[in-house]
Amino acid sequence: MKGLVIYMETIYEIMENMLPFSWMQYNFMKNALLAVLIITPLFGILGTMIVNNRMAFFSDALGHSALTGIALGVILGITNTYLAMILFAIIFALVLNKISRRKTLSTDTVISVFSSFSLAIGLVILSRGGNFAKYSSLLVGDILSITAKELTYLVLVFILTMVFWCFGFNKLHSVSANETLAKSKGINCNLIQDCFSIIIAIIVMFSIRWVGILIINALLILPAASSRNLAANMREYHLFSVIISVFSGISGLIISYYFGTATGPTIVIVASVIFFLTLLIRSLSNIK
Amino acid sequence: MLKRSSSQKLESSACGFHCIKIKDISVNAGGQLIIDNINLHIHCGKITAIIGKNGAGKSTLIKAILGEIKHEGTIEFTDLRNNAVSNLKIGYVPQHMNIEKNTPMSVYDLFAAYISKVPVFLRKSSRTSKLINEQLRVFQAQDLIDKRVSDLSGGELQRVLLSIAITPIPNLLLLDEPISGVDRNGMNLFYQNIIKLKTDYDLAMIIVSHDFDFVRKYADHVILLEKVIIKEGTPEEVLDSEEFKSMFL
Repeated sequence: MKGLVIYMETIYEIMENMLPFSWMQYNFMKNALLAVLIITPLFGILGTMIVNNRMAFFSDALGHSALTGIALGVILGITNTYLAMILFAIIFALVLNKISRRKTLSTDTVISVFSSFSLAIGLVILSRGGNFAKYSSLLVGDILSITAKELTYLVLVFILTMVFWCFGFNKLHSVSANETLAKSKGINCNLIQDCFSIIIAIIVMFSIRWVGILIINALLILPAASSRNLAANMREYHLFSVIISVFSGISGLIISYYFGTATGPTIVIVASVIFFLTLLIRSLSNIK
Repeated sequence: MLKRSSSQKLESSACGFHCIKIKDISVNAGGQLIIDNINLHIHCGKITAIIGKNGAGKSTLIKAILGEIKHEGTIEFTDLRNNAVSNLKIGYVPQHMNIEKNTPMSVYDLFAAYISKVPVFLRKSSRTSKLINEQLRVFQAQDLIDKRVSDLSGGELQRVLLSIAITPIPNLLLLDEPISGVDRNGMNLFYQNIIKLKTDYDLAMIIVSHDFDFVRKYADHVILLEKVIIKEGTPEEVLDSEEFKSMFL
């Protein structure tokens, strides 16, 4: 723990020297900026395949399951909220995958039923005795409350995701294009899809406290959706998505500081404006 | 190209010693028997055509052979020269792709993801690029490498998928012929390519086909499927049979 403090102080010093702005003098702003720099590239990267696989609804449901995870943690007496949330989200994601694969119901319906059910359970448990106000900050999130310890979690998540992306991306990409074809090439489709779902679950759970349940999905979808309007191949798709995601994150954070608004929604507004701009660029280039 | 008479079946460069035995394949889905007790012997260098109505179980049979759906029965691959059983490598050409319009996926991305370990989002490997170019050239698709997959015409996509299916060269090639989206010229080119595969490569082919002219001219063996094999034999035997006529005429 002491090592972490010294380490963080070095980073703070570097940041102050490099960015001599008035908002940089607060440690909570430095932490927030670091969090944005770590997590927004991940949102940009994961978003590409979430959009390709039409999983927007799935990741949304995962966000909602955070409340249920916390609630079950409270009931079972798990003190580490992150652990409860992540365990529940992973189980939730794997069960959803399993049921969707049976193809007895349409995927949309399955996700909708499970999402509403689990959200309701979470709300019922947490609102027992009128205590829900304690948890309402989860809905919009609070990036300024992020701690140095949580930042180290984010770094670990970042490394985990990058390792999966480097080794699993080609397979994930093939499965998304055509499952039968991927299988004929010897790819274990279910395994890859499950790994991807677990990674999404982990990232969503680690970011939900500061982004908020209501808008986390927007941050996953918008950068990739914007990038699609401009990119011609996977490399451009990733590059533009990451740039848009990081840019929205940083500018949203700074704007929210000066206007005193909630950070998460401010980031979403920036990302949405970028989306409409890219849409405009695309339709203009189509006319030509 | 398609005007050749049926008596002049093309010579194949295949060795003819590889034999694929498909034994007693049945697929049961949700308590319903979709295909029942299918037996097939397939040799390299031969084209086996599967015909039948919609819902007859043609695609199900293909997916069972691929091992994608649960089935009973076995598939054996033997080299007749020494009777050694080896692993069957299967290539597959799907009917359509699950790629939405506007998806930023180039032909290179699609192709490289199957054959290269370099993550396609990171960089374009020049070695993989070269190999893909060569493979696309086999089917006159080398100009498509940087095009978006979602922008390809039905015929262009077919040629790209053919190239992917034969990289690396499989022992058995399964083709689910497209029903729509490929125009007449595209179809003719597609058939020319199938014939090229038969003459130049050492592989067996199973084609789910809806084009009886093609089947009559180029198939070596025809199977009329309707849950079970209703009729099989040479194209003449099947296409002129009472069973075929009562089903399609």
